[in-house]
Amino acid sequence: MCATCGCGDDAGVRVTTVDGRFPLPQNHPSHPDDAPDHDHEHGPGHEHGHGHGSDPGRTVVLEQQILAKNDHLAEHNRAWLAARDVVAVNLMSAPGSGKTTLLERTIAESGRGLGVIEGDQETLFDARRIEAAGCPVVQINTGAGCHLDADMTARGLRALDPPPGSTVLIENVGNLVCPALFDLGETARVVIVSTTEGPDKPLKYPQMFVGAALVLVTKIDLLPHLTVSLDEITDAIAAVNLRAPVLPVSSTRGDGMTAWYEWLAALPRA
Amino acid sequence: MHELAITQSVVEAVMAKLPDERITVVSLDIGALSGIEPDALRFCFELVTAGTTLEGAALEIARPRGRAHCRRCAVDFDLDVPILLCACGSADVDVERGQELAIRSVQVA
Repeated sequence: MCATCGCGDDAGVRVTTVDGRFPLPQNHPSHPDDAPDHDHEHGPGHEHGHGHGSDPGRTVVLEQQILAKNDHLAEHNRAWLAARDVVAVNLMSAPGSGKTTLLERTIAESGRGLGVIEGDQETLFDARRIEAAGCPVVQINTGAGCHLDADMTARGLRALDPPPGSTVLIENVGNLVCPALFDLGETARVVIVSTTEGPDKPLKYPQMFVGAALVLVTKIDLLPHLTVSLDEITDAIAAVNLRAPVLPVSSTRGDGMTAWYEWLAALPRA
Repeated sequence: MHELAITQSVVEAVMAKLPDERITVVSLDIGALSGIEPDALRFCFELVTAGTTLEGAALEIARPRGRAHCRRCAVDFDLDVPILLCACGSADVDVERGQELAIRSVQVA
């Protein structure tokens, strides 16, 4: 079983375009972007044990980053994107915070030059919504997986084939825990929290919020019906991440969306 | 949980480096701020190593503590959860240690 994406199982990773075409083989026995094992750090006095005449109880120093393979694939993705003059944004949130609705509005109001990679355990629901909005989209289904990783992203990018100058919006699996650990090769990370979640999320899930380049507070149109104030939410975000700008938006009503589009447009290109 | 993917990465990396060796101990550095829960990792380890050259290996996990630097008051302090707040009240804090996620070494039979 592939250690990165779990393919080869019944519940393996699938990359799909919404008309049901499978542009890439689903059971890939090898990863084309696999690097040779030359990028680990060597501690002093280490050995490569190749199985000849090893002493009993021998310690082999590896000093290897556990996420080295994912990080290497992420750097490949970064280089691939830069070579094409494409920027990629990794959108993360709890399930139901409004990621897909935000994308639908974004596509409707600034639709040119966008592409979407959708990540969910199962279904093409979100990809169909994006397609209906008129934007190129690829759905990644992780099966049992709880996060997108660099290998899945590489497959999704190849399937999407974004043109030069475009922006790829990657909607990660709804999950405030696991996606934070996996570099996809994105240009920037955006974390979304909705007003209906109250002020607790940043302090409950600090690792996710610490890594955000931007935090979007969605569903601000619902504030009159809630006991929480926008200030309480922005204060909680600031307690965990002082540097990320916070943009309050309503995807249904349109509040604050211009600032989000301007932030997207200002993303650095290679 | 993502500890499953992490454990799979550990096993795959060890098997790639030492394909013909029976592994008896795997020593990891899992920093206090790494976002990995050692108990969840242990739970997955037995599952993932079954049928491999790492089956039955002991798992040793060192937990380097988090260490941070406050940009406002220039103090260095210990940190066990990724809430970046200095005692002086500033959140303008850089993490310097504690995010390690590495295979330190293994013992071969």
